[in-house]
Amino acid sequence: MKILVPTKRVPDPDQRVRVSSRMNDVDSEGMSYILNPFDTIAVEEALRIREKLGKDVEVVSIGVGGPGYEQDLRTALAMGADRAIWVESDERMDPWNVACVLHAIVKREKPSLVLMGKQAVDDDSNQCGQFLAAQLDWPQATFASKIEWDDQRCRVWRETDSGIETVMLSLPAVITTDLRLNEPRYASLTSIMRAKRKTIERCELHELGVENQPRVNLVHMESVSTERKCVMVDDVGELVDRLRNEAKVIT
Amino acid sequence: MNILVVVEHNGTVMSTATRSALTFADQLAQEVEGEVKSLVMGAAIQGVVQETSCYSPVLVAEGDELKFPVADRYAVVIEKCVRDYNIEFVVAASTTFSKDVVARAAGLLGGAMASDVVGHNLQEGKLRFRRPMYAGSIIATVELEGSPQVVTVRATSYPPATPKERTCEVSTIPGTTATLPDHIEYLALESKQSHRPDVAEARIVVSGGRALKNTEDFEKIVGGLADRLGAATGSSRALVDAGITPNEMQVGQTGKIVAPDLYIALGISGAVQHLAGMKNSGIIVSINSDPHAPIFEVSDYGIVGDVYTLVPEMMDRLNAR
Repeated sequence: MKILVPTKRVPDPDQRVRVSSRMNDVDSEGMSYILNPFDTIAVEEALRIREKLGKDVEVVSIGVGGPGYEQDLRTALAMGADRAIWVESDERMDPWNVACVLHAIVKREKPSLVLMGKQAVDDDSNQCGQFLAAQLDWPQATFASKIEWDDQRCRVWRETDSGIETVMLSLPAVITTDLRLNEPRYASLTSIMRAKRKTIERCELHELGVENQPRVNLVHMESVSTERKCVMVDDVGELVDRLRNEAKVIT
Repeated sequence: MNILVVVEHNGTVMSTATRSALTFADQLAQEVEGEVKSLVMGAAIQGVVQETSCYSPVLVAEGDELKFPVADRYAVVIEKCVRDYNIEFVVAASTTFSKDVVARAAGLLGGAMASDVVGHNLQEGKLRFRRPMYAGSIIATVELEGSPQVVTVRATSYPPATPKERTCEVSTIPGTTATLPDHIEYLALESKQSHRPDVAEARIVVSGGRALKNTEDFEKIVGGLADRLGAATGSSRALVDAGITPNEMQVGQTGKIVAPDLYIALGISGAVQHLAGMKNSGIIVSINSDPHAPIFEVSDYGIVGDVYTLVPEMMDRLNAR
């Protein structure tokens, strides 16, 4: 059985992101990048499924993007993925076009499961997994917080606005991961060394028969200031008084 | 231009967030000379259909196969409806329901989708949408290519629509449930019943963070203050991860986005992911023992101190009146 884990390279969310001078992208100067946290959870879950089901499970990590992806695919390999595919492209790709690339790879690799993050923490779209499932006409379970393996089916606990929903999926399927699915492992030094010998297969869009046809055109970006002038008060008496009489938000 | 609003409901009433999507759709209809229809899917949904007809003409897809909001089935119904009624624009509120169902429908319809839209305008005949990225630290303006286009809107950015004076036409979509996929079996929904208002809709939200040590303390401190104020309770991710609060209470980039008149952050440090979920609130109040906590930078009022002593004092003050 094969599990595909698409991964995205994103700016480390712990740093401040600035808009570039052309106002249509973020300024990458001095920026550090990581594997999208939700995708790291997806890699971890694939590895746990392999540990549970045994050696004949193959975990394949996929990256779609420009230089730098090699480093992030090595991270997935160091965590334990068996091999990786890097679809090299310098173009800005929206969720639809990434889904088209993944669709082409699924056709070739024929996995039983695609496990990926529910959203990338850079553009926060939360679309790609759903697009891919729709293109493939496969069942989907988004926002997974627990996955239980049941022969040719998967029981998935989903985090929704109204609580935890459980669904049973027949395979093949697409599952997108939420934060509480697992805690990803850190790669040990030996596994990082070993990962250097694992294969990263490179290919380009045209080899997959995919053309980047944007559905979303980014026109403009601007930074948002969230700062407010905070009045520090000395005690709760003053706070309650100000909320009642100054801000007038309580009675 | 034909605009379709996908209605989210609990079997009995339409969600408040959907009413925000209706406001967006009405604005759009005026700007582009369009017509709005709403799609209600489910089983035994007469009440919701009737309620929806107070806002726009309604298309109804009803059947036992649609009893639960299962993505593959609902997406197929939306797709068919879009094709049969020449819909050029699909609108829904940005919730986990539409992130799941409507995004899949967009995948069947060619992928021109903008999520979580907070504003829009018409420029040289083209619609432009404003949407947050990078946990809300950047607002991007985007245009969509192709038709139909799909947009989910952030409920806090558009006020809920008000019912019209006359009810509108209701029609049933013929033959929708015959050939639906059958690959997802819906098993259960486990929902924590709460006597408090929904965090996404409340006028006041009291939220707790890492300073709260366990569920009992959360209930006593955060819940206690919330009840004094008739407020909803919210939570930072840390408490959900620790199992102290349920996930549907999480406010933030990957949880719920709220913008109440008053947001009270108790023992929340203010990670950028949390701020993404609450920074557009009217008045923000923070209590935190660390004077350098980033939450104070986005607050209107702050007190440095321990929530375990300050909040009970605050409840006494509120009672004193």
